[in-house]
Amino acid sequence: MKISYREAMREAMREALATDPRVFLMGEDVGRYGGSYAVSKGFLEEFGPERIRDTPLSELAFVGAGIGAALGGMRPIVEVMTVNFSLLALDQIVNSAAALRHMSGGQFSVPLVIRMTTGAGRQLAAQHSHSLENWYAHVPGIRVLAPATIADARGMLAPALADPDPVIIFEHAQLYNMEDELRNDWQCDIGTARVRREGSQVSLITYGGSLPKTMQAATELAEAGISAEVVDLRVLRPLDSETIIASVQKTRRAVVVDEGWRSGSLAAEISARIMEQAFYELDAPVERVCSEEVPIPYAKHLEEAALPQVFKIVSAAKAVMGKS
Amino acid sequence: MNEVSLDREFALSLLTDMLRIRRMEEKSAELYGAGKIRGFLHLYIGEEACAVGVLHAMAEEDNIVATYREHGHALVRGISMKAIMAEMFGKKEGCSGGRGGSMHLFDAKSRFYGGNAIVGGGLPLAMGLGLADKLQNISRVTICFFGEGAMAEGVFHETMNLAALWRLPVLFCCENNLYAMGTALSRSESQTDLCAKAAAFNVPTLSVDGMDVTAVYETAKLAAEQVRSGHGPYFLEVRTYRFRAHSMFDPDLYRDKTEIEDWKKRGPIHSFSQRLKAQGMLNEEGFLALDARVGEEVSAAVDYAEAGSWEPVEDLLQDVVSPEANP
Ligand SMILES: Cc1ncc(C[n+]2csc(CCOP(=O)(O)OP(=O)(O)O)c2C)c(N)n1
Repeated sequence: MKISYREAMREAMREALATDPRVFLMGEDVGRYGGSYAVSKGFLEEFGPERIRDTPLSELAFVGAGIGAALGGMRPIVEVMTVNFSLLALDQIVNSAAALRHMSGGQFSVPLVIRMTTGAGRQLAAQHSHSLENWYAHVPGIRVLAPATIADARGMLAPALADPDPVIIFEHAQLYNMEDELRNDWQCDIGTARVRREGSQVSLITYGGSLPKTMQAATELAEAGISAEVVDLRVLRPLDSETIIASVQKTRRAVVVDEGWRSGSLAAEISARIMEQAFYELDAPVERVCSEEVPIPYAKHLEEAALPQVFKIVSAAKAVMGKS
Repeated sequence: MNEVSLDREFALSLLTDMLRIRRMEEKSAELYGAGKIRGFLHLYIGEEACAVGVLHAMAEEDNIVATYREHGHALVRGISMKAIMAEMFGKKEGCSGGRGGSMHLFDAKSRFYGGNAIVGGGLPLAMGLGLADKLQNISRVTICFFGEGAMAEGVFHETMNLAALWRLPVLFCCENNLYAMGTALSRSESQTDLCAKAAAFNVPTLSVDGMDVTAVYETAKLAAEQVRSGHGPYFLEVRTYRFRAHSMFDPDLYRDKTEIEDWKKRGPIHSFSQRLKAQGMLNEEGFLALDARVGEEVSAAVDYAEAGSWEPVEDLLQDVVSPEANP
């Protein structure tokens, strides 16, 4: 049966709420409104207001409360509407959640899951569209996930909740309506990258909302006679270097596709690791397809121009192949 | 029905501005359906008396800071309907060059500092504008609009405290429409008396019926005079209601339909025109003629937006930093 990414995420949360009494969901409009992206629709009726907690507009306080509740024995899922608004809670995430274990000499764990949407593509302009996954992936002490398939949307939450440390799950807003078959083997780890398409001449390395675009680019490249492998990072921290490097060693060329801004991007980190670990096996310099360095503009044509697009990925791949 | 004690011309200008907002937004909703306007669109329908009453009480040199529900404020402040409509279309001729859209209307000429879509984001900025004026001995009021939802953010508390501590010339105007998206005031505030919250910072407060444009005007005038005469910030609660959903994405399932209908009966345009008619300041033909004129303004704005141009993609990286920067 086909289900949407939104439904897969909802199923994962429903299962967690139904099987573990320590799990509860809190965030703005998760209850009565049904979630700003309708992920938690129906939960208030099913699980009640104690466990499906609508919060006021107080990101710093309710994310901090999630940290405290996790310290105190609960397994909170905190929903922040978008990564842009999570900046109001950045202090609690970076200065508390990520650091508590270390600062306390290993005495305290923060088994907290924070979910938030990310990304552009809906003309929501400069305060609702950014991809700041890398800001979080920069910070030791947290695990950062980017489910980009229906199976990962279904499968990543359970191991995230079982993780003794804080986990941030980024849900790209453009993925919610994506539908696919949910096969039986959706259970997964939250430590490794996956090869989504095998290829031999160039590795396209990506994550999150850019995965569908990259898969499309690989199809178009195949039509042009270029065999592209697609690596879905899935886990943005800690990065699975092994899978990345193995792919690059095979194809000898790499294009990194990342919706973050180019400077200081995750793509930059991946590119650096390829230099460090596979430099002599490369046949061409690594290429990057990132967002242009501009706050995301409202006008449709400008927004599109600012973001990674299939044609940009295709031409970057052709460039590393020495074709244009 | 309380007597309107304003002169006829002024009273009619209040009515006209409320109608201009209403008709512009009704048209925007239609254009959203047609795909001409995209992104988030937050309508102000039902709340028109707030922006109209408050902004008519302000001086031309005053500063305005608003939220993502700011079409009305922008329009009353003097940004042309054409420039607003073009912005919502994403055209170069828009008041933010098509970069901002519905949530980010800006206009330096009329000292309209946006269009902020981070809830509470405008509050400290308004305080800073007040600080700049105070430091430069400029006699000006900065008016900051925000929803009651913003009062739960830490930045509200930090801002009120600082503004009061430094006696900054800011009029904080809370448009209390009872819901922050789907969250009712009583489910988000331990203290639902918003003036009591603000008063805790030693700031004078007033609360007014936001469905009554003249009451809003009189109250805002009083508050603005206090601020202008150097007494520090003021907190004004305008009690209102949005007739439409939070945004075009909102299925609006968290409110009772009868509650919405009850508020609509007290609609600001309807009730004010009734009062004007009862006092002989307006008759039905007069109202229809006015409405027709507003309708023409709306059509002209849509035509202007349609005819507008798309900024060339080559300009994408413009206006990220100043072209004058010379490091
Ligand atoms: C910091 C932040 N958190 C959440 C949101 C999402 N959001 C946008 S508007 C809104 C409700 C705000 O309600 P209120 O302040 O009362 O203003 P209203 O929309 O009723 O005019 C929410 C939750 C946001 N834009 N910014």
